[in-house]
Amino acid sequence: MAELFIFFEQIYRILFLLIPVLVSVAMIVWLDRRVWAFVQKRRGPNVVGPFGLFQTLADALKYIFKEIIIPASSNKVIFILAPIVTMTLALIAWAVIPFSETFVLADINVGILYLFAVSSLGVYGIIMGGWASNSKYPFLGAIRSAAQMVSYEVSIGVIIINVLLCVGSLNLSDIVLAQKDLWFVIPLFPMFIIFFISALAETNRPPFDLPEAEAELVAGYQTEYSGMMYAMFWLGEYANILLMCAMGSILFLGGWLSPIDLFPFNIIPAPIWLILKILFLFILFALIKAIVPRYRYDQLMKLGWKIFLPFSLIYVVLTASFLMYFDLLPGN
Amino acid sequence: MIAHAIVFYIFSLIAIVSAIMVTVSKNTVNSVFFLILDFISISCLFIMIGAEFLGMIMLIVYVGAVAVLFLFVVMMLNVAQQKNEWFNSSGRSSHIPVGLLVSIIIFFELIIVIGGWKYKPDLLDSIAIEINTDLTNTQSLGSVIYTDYIHLFQLSGMVLLVAMIGAIVLTFRQRSGVKRQSYFKQISRDRKDGIELVDVENNKGVKIDA
Repeated sequence: MAELFIFFEQIYRILFLLIPVLVSVAMIVWLDRRVWAFVQKRRGPNVVGPFGLFQTLADALKYIFKEIIIPASSNKVIFILAPIVTMTLALIAWAVIPFSETFVLADINVGILYLFAVSSLGVYGIIMGGWASNSKYPFLGAIRSAAQMVSYEVSIGVIIINVLLCVGSLNLSDIVLAQKDLWFVIPLFPMFIIFFISALAETNRPPFDLPEAEAELVAGYQTEYSGMMYAMFWLGEYANILLMCAMGSILFLGGWLSPIDLFPFNIIPAPIWLILKILFLFILFALIKAIVPRYRYDQLMKLGWKIFLPFSLIYVVLTASFLMYFDLLPGN
Repeated sequence: MIAHAIVFYIFSLIAIVSAIMVTVSKNTVNSVFFLILDFISISCLFIMIGAEFLGMIMLIVYVGAVAVLFLFVVMMLNVAQQKNEWFNSSGRSSHIPVGLLVSIIIFFELIIVIGGWKYKPDLLDSIAIEINTDLTNTQSLGSVIYTDYIHLFQLSGMVLLVAMIGAIVLTFRQRSGVKRQSYFKQISRDRKDGIELVDVENNKGVKIDA
């Protein structure tokens, strides 16, 4: 009986995390379009609900009632599996995100590795979708995005090593608590910039949205998808973007910690701070979408392998030597 | 504990079935997907025995990178078609005896490794080294690899480096006539190199590529 109780409690906790994440994904889509519109001096979605807040829900409703078309020559199982994989992977990663010292679903020892692993699995949704469509443009988009995501993962991995050198633990709560005195964005500022750009590439956001470059590939790997399956790709993508923002704010911006430990700031509950930081990073994402033109593919690869990777490797050596010389290594 | 056992058997069943499906399935791309499923369930098994670092590294390295390259190659080569032909062809293939030989050798090697303590009982003592539960997985692995066996670690790094250089040398080919973008050239270009003002005589024209 007790085991059953624990089981249901876990389910309740999972739902308590998942439903807010899904709702905020919907809100974030609205915010993205809104910011994009304001940069271009348009109004953006402003009709459905107050300030157009329910626009995404209306869109989702529309997608639910649309027909799902499965191409006759596609590999049907994999075709249907692809959006499910994307969505699932985007959601399971939230299990380890700590919203405060106590509010975390799974406080595992290797939290950051788990995040990294899940984000590296994200490429499968895209490859599966692109290949199973059995059509030229989706396949080209899938190939592109696979190469792109694998390349930028390498530099994200090296950046994570930089942070881990300063923390001495792979646990996400430990990473946040290590920033109590100084957020890592200050000593590791160049790494923060590179992480941000790599996160753009990892989530296929403009200026690196080559997998779905509409001028060349129609809509890339999503071309053959329609109705709810397309919507699942779309939601998964935005959930991934939010996840990358959360990862950035945990690694560099001190997670749930308030900027100064003084009166008006430290009464604000911890999760609010994390959400504010995620929103800050997301608005940067949205602004960049609006103001930067798309990269060419060879430039993208050059940036990843010839500039970011060597630079972050050198920074690992620098960080390690600095910590060693001043005897700041954690665990000593 | 019973839940633990159930989950263990679920994952091992998935691992075994997908390992069989890798070899059996006719479509090569499906084989690769089953291979990925196999990797994932094995990393789940790693996590269940408490080796969470190994499990995650398995996911990151094998599923996140190696299997992606597998998929890449398989999708590009259009092997699926060839393999179908191979399956449907009436004549016997000459690959089967070689494959059988290799798999039998591997099978016996596995038996020797796993069942080693049957004929050499003192091996059991070396298996059952006590686990230090104070350290996390990551810390103890780090201290073993980077402190106790640093030279071996660096040697294996050298081997990998040689393999990498070899792969680059084997596949690298310099093509002539490729126009590459050089940022340095682009930025250091100035008005004199790019523009020339010419007084053109009427009805004469100019020669551009001088």
